[in-house]
Amino acid sequence: MDWGALHTILGGVNKHSTSIGKIWLTVLFIFRIMILVVAAERVWGDEQQDFVCNTLQPGCRNVCYDHFFPISHIRLWALQLIFVSTPALLVAMHVAYRRHEKKRQFRKGDQKCEYKDIEEIRKQRFRIEGTLWWTYTSSIFFRLVFEAVFMYAFYFMYDGFRMPRLMKCNAWPCPNTVDCFVSRPTEKTVFTIFMIAVSSICILLNVAELCYLLTKFFLRRSKKAGNPKHHPNHENKEETKQNEMNELISDSCQNTVIGFSS
Amino acid sequence: MSWGFLCDLLGGVNKYSTGIGRIWVAVVFIFRLLVYVAVAENIWKYEHDEFECNVKQPGCENVCFDHFFPVSHIRLWALQLIMVSTPSLLVVFHVAYRENREKHHNQKLYKSPGEIDGGLLCTYLISLVLKTGFEIVFLFLFYKLYNGFKVPRLVICDIRPCPNPVDCYISKPTEKMIFLYFLVATSGLCIVLNLSELSYLIFKYSVKCYLKRYVKKHQ
Repeated sequence: MDWGALHTILGGVNKHSTSIGKIWLTVLFIFRIMILVVAAERVWGDEQQDFVCNTLQPGCRNVCYDHFFPISHIRLWALQLIFVSTPALLVAMHVAYRRHEKKRQFRKGDQKCEYKDIEEIRKQRFRIEGTLWWTYTSSIFFRLVFEAVFMYAFYFMYDGFRMPRLMKCNAWPCPNTVDCFVSRPTEKTVFTIFMIAVSSICILLNVAELCYLLTKFFLRRSKKAGNPKHHPNHENKEETKQNEMNELISDSCQNTVIGFSS
Repeated sequence: MSWGFLCDLLGGVNKYSTGIGRIWVAVVFIFRLLVYVAVAENIWKYEHDEFECNVKQPGCENVCFDHFFPVSHIRLWALQLIMVSTPSLLVVFHVAYRENREKHHNQKLYKSPGEIDGGLLCTYLISLVLKTGFEIVFLFLFYKLYNGFKVPRLVICDIRPCPNPVDCYISKPTEKMIFLYFLVATSGLCIVLNLSELSYLIFKYSVKCYLKRYVKKHQ
């Protein structure tokens, strides 16, 4: 169980995402998770061993390290990545629920079900409409909130994003104000700025995706309002089929299917 | 053999779970297992090496560490994850038993071997009760062994061969405390999910039973 398992879980969500969502997922895996695992973890690997204080007093180093790093950068990033990835699971669960309902219909031998076999249901890609739209939009909103909260937590805890070379520590049992030296401060600063930059890019992508979804929603509504006599015959076969499948699912098989044009 | 094995087992359990059960599996995977493997393990990695006592007496540090950490937090956490995931296997075994029975008798004995009714419902309820029980036991163990969920910076150790009460310093106490609270929060969430699933199943099947009896009476 590791980041690869998260990749497997989220990979399934990729199919039902918008293009911006797919870009976001790629940025997340390549520029954040992979960088974290391959590079950043090594940089912070020896952080306490190589945190050196100018004193022989036992315990002073431990206490000073704990005072300046209540929670390590690397752990905060890992938590951020986990929390930011989790809202996508809401979408995965919603899709799984819809698939389950369709399979149930198919097994009942429902005449309304248009699929030839279970495999088709499993491979089907759902459009982001109806209740799935709300789930998807909420997941993007939560992602934004988590990103912002973690970035603020970073800024607040470490007084900015720079890693100083020297810290002055006065905590007991240090006998006086001692100089403590952080290991690899420049490399850590570089990686911190990199991670913050990629976080900001992800925030921008999420905002763009949110705007895109909202625009699409309002355009669709105004189209519906503007064309009350809109007939399925004018849509292409694929779209009509998709729309009707989605209606069927969202209304829980209560509505009758309008025959679609051949 | 590693956590991947547990993942595969739980993946199999997912098939026969209710909706709340699936949320429980997702919470265990992502907020407990993944956090444990990717984040928490590294915090406790050098806990013994970084445990420092203000004395040069050989053996004092070892003895003090052993006194204050009879079982390390991280090991208790791993045990908790394993024990809490295992009762779900009862359901998998029961379904396999049903399928075996159908094969043996060469006829359809159940509407669907994976459907939660009859004996399988009892097994499912027992697994929920066991899961909740294990969670509570481990939380209580954590609380009792470490006097709460706080990790102090300094502990005073007075055991032979330490010549006098010595100050011993624990490494990364704040970070450890944050993750302990995280563990408690996720454990609590899992307990809530298990109890809701229990109530939901009991309610659903009581209503089903009652309606059946009611229909029979009126026929």
